[in-house]
Amino acid sequence: MSGGHSSYTPNTGIEKWIDARLPLPRLMYDSFVAYPVPRNLNYAYAFGGILALMLVSQILTGVVLAMHYAADTGLAFTSVEKIMRDVNSGWLLRYLHSNGASMFFLAVYVHIFRGLYYGSYKAPRELLWILGVIILLLMMATAFMGYVLPWGQMSFWGATVITGFFTAFPIIGDPIQQLLLGGFAVDNPTLNRFFSLHYLLPFMIAGVVVLHVWALHVTGQTNPTGIEVKSKTDTVAFTPYATVKDAFGLVLFFILFAYFVFYLPNYMGHPDNYIQADSLKTPAHIVPEWYFLPFYAMLRAITFNIGPINSKLGGVLIMFGSIAILFIVPWLDTSKVRSAVYRPWYKLFFWVFVANAIMLGWLGSRPAEGLYTLFSQVGTAYYFGFFVVLMPLLGLIETPRRLPNSITEAVLAKNKSGGQPAGIAAAPETKG
Amino acid sequence: MKKILLGLAAAGLGTMLAFSGAYAAEEAHNAAEPTHFPIKKPAELDWTFAGPFGHYDKQQLQRGLKIYKEVCSACHSMNLVPFRSLEELGYTEAQVKAFAAEYEVPDAPNADGEIVNRKAIPADHFPSPYPNAQAAAAANGGAVPPDFSLIAKARAVERGFPLFLADIFTQYQEGGPDYIHALLTGFGETPPEGMQIPEGTHYNPYFIAAKSLAMAQPLQDGQVTYDDGSPQTLAQYSQDISAFLMWAAEPHLEERKKTGFRVMIFLVLFAGLVYVAKRRIWADVEH
Repeated sequence: MSGGHSSYTPNTGIEKWIDARLPLPRLMYDSFVAYPVPRNLNYAYAFGGILALMLVSQILTGVVLAMHYAADTGLAFTSVEKIMRDVNSGWLLRYLHSNGASMFFLAVYVHIFRGLYYGSYKAPRELLWILGVIILLLMMATAFMGYVLPWGQMSFWGATVITGFFTAFPIIGDPIQQLLLGGFAVDNPTLNRFFSLHYLLPFMIAGVVVLHVWALHVTGQTNPTGIEVKSKTDTVAFTPYATVKDAFGLVLFFILFAYFVFYLPNYMGHPDNYIQADSLKTPAHIVPEWYFLPFYAMLRAITFNIGPINSKLGGVLIMFGSIAILFIVPWLDTSKVRSAVYRPWYKLFFWVFVANAIMLGWLGSRPAEGLYTLFSQVGTAYYFGFFVVLMPLLGLIETPRRLPNSITEAVLAKNKSGGQPAGIAAAPETKG
Repeated sequence: MKKILLGLAAAGLGTMLAFSGAYAAEEAHNAAEPTHFPIKKPAELDWTFAGPFGHYDKQQLQRGLKIYKEVCSACHSMNLVPFRSLEELGYTEAQVKAFAAEYEVPDAPNADGEIVNRKAIPADHFPSPYPNAQAAAAANGGAVPPDFSLIAKARAVERGFPLFLADIFTQYQEGGPDYIHALLTGFGETPPEGMQIPEGTHYNPYFIAAKSLAMAQPLQDGQVTYDDGSPQTLAQYSQDISAFLMWAAEPHLEERKKTGFRVMIFLVLFAGLVYVAKRRIWADVEH
């Protein structure tokens, strides 16, 4: 789609001079101005741009925070409080950064759900999807290590619990855990390496984002109909059309972000993290941040041994598996139709999947006992069942609704359908 | 997008409703030997610093400071709060200087290498009542009195469904002060029949971690003399110290909310402008 020739024409002398030596302006123009996007993109497609800006925001606030932070078990907690109290606008930077992490995950989950709904992972966009899953993994690692840095009670005990997962693996488990911790328990070496990696990983994310956008610009964007772009009338130029639409979505998202930063800055956090880490006092309930709760629920759902696999290893495998399975989603979906708009059964099971994910999140915040465990097991079964059973099966047995011939036809049909009989809408130039 | 949001909302609400029953079942417990704490949830009070235009009542903070100084500071440190920040309570520089001078802090080693105490200056932080945690524990039956710098943000009773969702819209962030107030006024209730209270601890149904705590009731009616004519009651004391501790934990709260209001106005206007621009640009494209 974009692999063709460039429409950039340097006008001034300096533009020609640069273009002959390093055609960076040409790349920018072709990628972000002339780049054709489907004309029927809705606001769910704004989250890619939102995520890019959240990454920039996290890096900017993070770099300044790092100037004031001390990665030492004796100093970390007070250095964060010094930022909150004495650094100019330090409270703002810190709340932007901590709430920014939550907003980042909120946006990435909407982005992923959008991909699942509209079948964005299907050929030829498998690599695009896989790069996205890699970004998600890097984000999770970054967020986990970032949460350890304030050195509160949840930081310390969260790190203890999560690094403890690795000991479930036979033989290699203990060495991996010791490598992560830099010792036998969470302590100063752990804090130092987590700080180092927390500073490194966002730049790796940025690198994978470049690949993600590159892959996107090779295959072109999907759209709510799931039909590939066929003619010029199906698309509009990225600028100004997509730019202004994304900008509006972005500002709305920033209103939500600002609402939490200024009015509910501690809503997403846990009160225990305002208590300095104490290796002798275990909190009553150790809970991860909200964005890890569904995975935490699945981890704890495995309360039984499966053959040689004990419940601990089983839980860890299920938790890692819940992300790993995303890598093969492009090959699990057997449907010929891409978008859920034309797949009534997939649409239904998709929304059950969303509800199930929210339910698992809530269960992750509950103690692992009684009915909660049972519900977690049901939820875990559905999570995996959705990918392993429903996705391959539905593609084979479901009868999709009739697809429009082109994006243009779908758009015109939608706009005409209010009042006028449908079916007379197809644009003549797209017939045949 | 509208469909997606509606779907999300419906999906979320559905599951939450289905599980509120399970939640209630979990909450039910044996009155004599409860397993979930606190036994009673704190009442929600009206705080001047609540809501989008919240601000601290300086008179109240000054009263709270008096309570901290005369009562709490005998056992509880407040390491992160410097004297200089007391100017935010409405005191002059000279008053803060005089206030700090009432405390003694260890000086840097002198020419002979000895450490002697000196009078505190505004740049110093509130000194700890104990030289170290071991001394604090030894003097208090093994329980170290927690530091007060962040206590108003470090304690909050879980809200549960559906309150935690409503809190997003009511901007409820006062779980800490509500908890402190409830704890301070919650002593003196008689434990339910059959409940065993460990020796040396005091029953309080509002305590977040157990049925009783090592601290005895710290505040009583008439204990602290107010100069501004406010009622010298336990209820008033508890509110004042809670407000003061909220300030100690979040000194930039007012600035945060004021900045927030400006940011929100800007963003809403900006969103309006971008929306108009978007309408205009897309006007001739069916989509």
